[in-house]
Amino acid sequence: MAQRAFSIIAALVVAGLIIGPVTAVLWRGGGFTALSAADVSALQFTIWQAFWSAFISVGLAIPVARALARRAFWGRSALISVMGAPFILPVIVAILGLLAVFGGNGMLNLLLSPLGLPRLEIYGAQGVILAHVFFNLPLAVRLILQGWLAVPSERFRVAASLGAPVFWLLEWPMLRRVVPGAFAVIFVICLGSFAVALTLGGGPRATTVELAIYQAFKFDFDLSKAASLAVVQLCLGLGAGGLALLLSRGDMLGAGFDRVVQRWDGSKVLDAVFISLASLFLLAPLVAVAIAGMAGLPDLPSSIWAATFRSLMIALGAVALTMALALPLATKAGEAASLLGISVSGLVLGTGLFLIVQPFVRPSSVALPVTMVVNVLMALPFVLRILRPGVESAKADFGRLGQSLGLSGFALWRIVYLPRLRRPMGFAAGLTGALAMGDLGVITLFSRPGEGTLPLMMYDLMGRYQMDAAYGAALLLVALSLGVFWVFDKGGRAHAVV
Amino acid sequence: MLWCKEAEFTQGAYALAADLRIQTGKVTAVIGPSGAGKSTLLGGLAGFVPQTRGALFWKGTDITKLAPAKRPVSMLFQDNNLFPHLTVLQNVALALGAKLKPSADVRNRVETMLKHVGLDGLADRKPAELSGGQQSRAALARALLQDRDVMLMDEPFSALGPGLKAEMLDLSVALAKEAGRTVLMVTHDPNDAARVADAIVGVSPNKAWPPVATQSFLSDPPDVFVDYLG
Repeated sequence: MAQRAFSIIAALVVAGLIIGPVTAVLWRGGGFTALSAADVSALQFTIWQAFWSAFISVGLAIPVARALARRAFWGRSALISVMGAPFILPVIVAILGLLAVFGGNGMLNLLLSPLGLPRLEIYGAQGVILAHVFFNLPLAVRLILQGWLAVPSERFRVAASLGAPVFWLLEWPMLRRVVPGAFAVIFVICLGSFAVALTLGGGPRATTVELAIYQAFKFDFDLSKAASLAVVQLCLGLGAGGLALLLSRGDMLGAGFDRVVQRWDGSKVLDAVFISLASLFLLAPLVAVAIAGMAGLPDLPSSIWAATFRSLMIALGAVALTMALALPLATKAGEAASLLGISVSGLVLGTGLFLIVQPFVRPSSVALPVTMVVNVLMALPFVLRILRPGVESAKADFGRLGQSLGLSGFALWRIVYLPRLRRPMGFAAGLTGALAMGDLGVITLFSRPGEGTLPLMMYDLMGRYQMDAAYGAALLLVALSLGVFWVFDKGGRAHAVV
Repeated sequence: MLWCKEAEFTQGAYALAADLRIQTGKVTAVIGPSGAGKSTLLGGLAGFVPQTRGALFWKGTDITKLAPAKRPVSMLFQDNNLFPHLTVLQNVALALGAKLKPSADVRNRVETMLKHVGLDGLADRKPAELSGGQQSRAALARALLQDRDVMLMDEPFSALGPGLKAEMLDLSVALAKEAGRTVLMVTHDPNDAARVADAIVGVSPNKAWPPVATQSFLSDPPDVFVDYLG
């Protein structure tokens, strides 16, 4: 069976691309240089910040999700859609937005200082946590909102007619089921945080393990230290990934939030306050980027276009490779295999790939392909999560018909499955492209000045305090990321017959 | 003759025994209580449900191990008989080969068949633009165009209203007979069997019984089917 062969080849490629670098890291880090005091404190900080980021995100998400679950208002579905956006929003763009609001010369400090209140300081641990909450609060809201909407509305009616305490009877059991999973997912995401720690953290008190890997690499060029840290990060990721898999329920990307449960309890005013504050917190940084970005567009250096071109190539290449691997892997086993990739962080993979290619070529000469490959591995678990239900229902609905017509192999895919999968494929391709477009991770290890991607160039502009140009680049980057997503997603929807 | 020789078809934990012979060129109804295994029998004959014992012969040739597409069998499924993303023409043309852009010759044959089932001029529509009855006709056209001796019908018209359902059943059986097909049709309704079937295969849980002439089955049902027929 040709198809089976393709599945096996795709599985081997993915496994090889994950296991190869991990082996290289383990082998190189095998001499396990004892962790220095700084490394231990990086490990402690990583866990500490991930705990608080997850705790605050989930804690704030509960009242917001409850308000969204029981109130219908103008713009509700738009707000919920916007809450899906941080998933494809380039991290570096969001950070710039947060700087505009919470930074030294940000809006909030401009408001606070005339009142004689102390200035907010965004750099350091609090800034890292703030950025993580910005990214993960919407995710937590969506996960918990799903839990709320999964409670049958009849139960709320029964509770209301009995005058029973809705919270203890219906909501507490639901939260006990949903919240640990949401917490675990966010905890894991924050453990692997690199770009946030790179820009807002640093120093002895706010360095994550990922950032320490980068520093060992970039500043000390101490490969064995980088490799031992990568081993630490690998253990963290695998442990926490297993935990998240045990606890997590629900579908991070799911749809179907249109329903509002009719309720007879709770304060409308309080709900309005929670929804307004959450919207303000999420939208203000984005609006700030848009405004400052417009003003900064004329300051963009001409080298931005080459960086933009490189980023687009990485995004399109990642989409093509991800789809080529995902289609044969869209089985239960394939999805499980790809989950390996989610526990292994981008920098660990990057370190491993660096160790592998270093004897043969100059690592900077393969910066772009390596960035693309790492992005493919990072996107695959999400893509498979999106594609598998489609593949399975296409098989269930039309598998026998296809067989009885003698369709098999490529003809079966071309005539039956691919057309059935247009929508989820468009969506998945859009996500992959947008994530790759905005990624600021492994490229920082490999690239030399002047050869980077658009996010890296933005980071360089920030480092050189050319903030106007940085905002302009941020606007360009976010427009391209969302544009890439939109084009693919739209392409999947156009003419699709469901 | 279609001969199930001491056959057993197994779907998961469920096994259906069948030791029976179906006469060539006749219309045989398959009736029995829900869940007894009517669809399992048809699935087994078509090659979708694994055969775990015995053998299956068509006109003396052993077809037990053949893949669904290699068997002399076409099938109308309960639902999803048409690919929603393809036009009627493309759907029906798949009977003659895995091509989405059929040759002029294939196109002619398809259009002749569409005319035959009463779908003249609808070749370029998508299934969603057809009524339920028209969709059934398109599926029938494809099954007839597949050059297969046996036509299996797994209640393909059950979603239609009673009048339309009877009309489609009569049309299918008439056209299949005209083409010299051997027909096996699952039905819930003894009246359907009485109207079009020459013989009846009763399916009780885990067993498909040899066919009995329609009139004698209905007037003097075998013991296991007395309760079912009421």
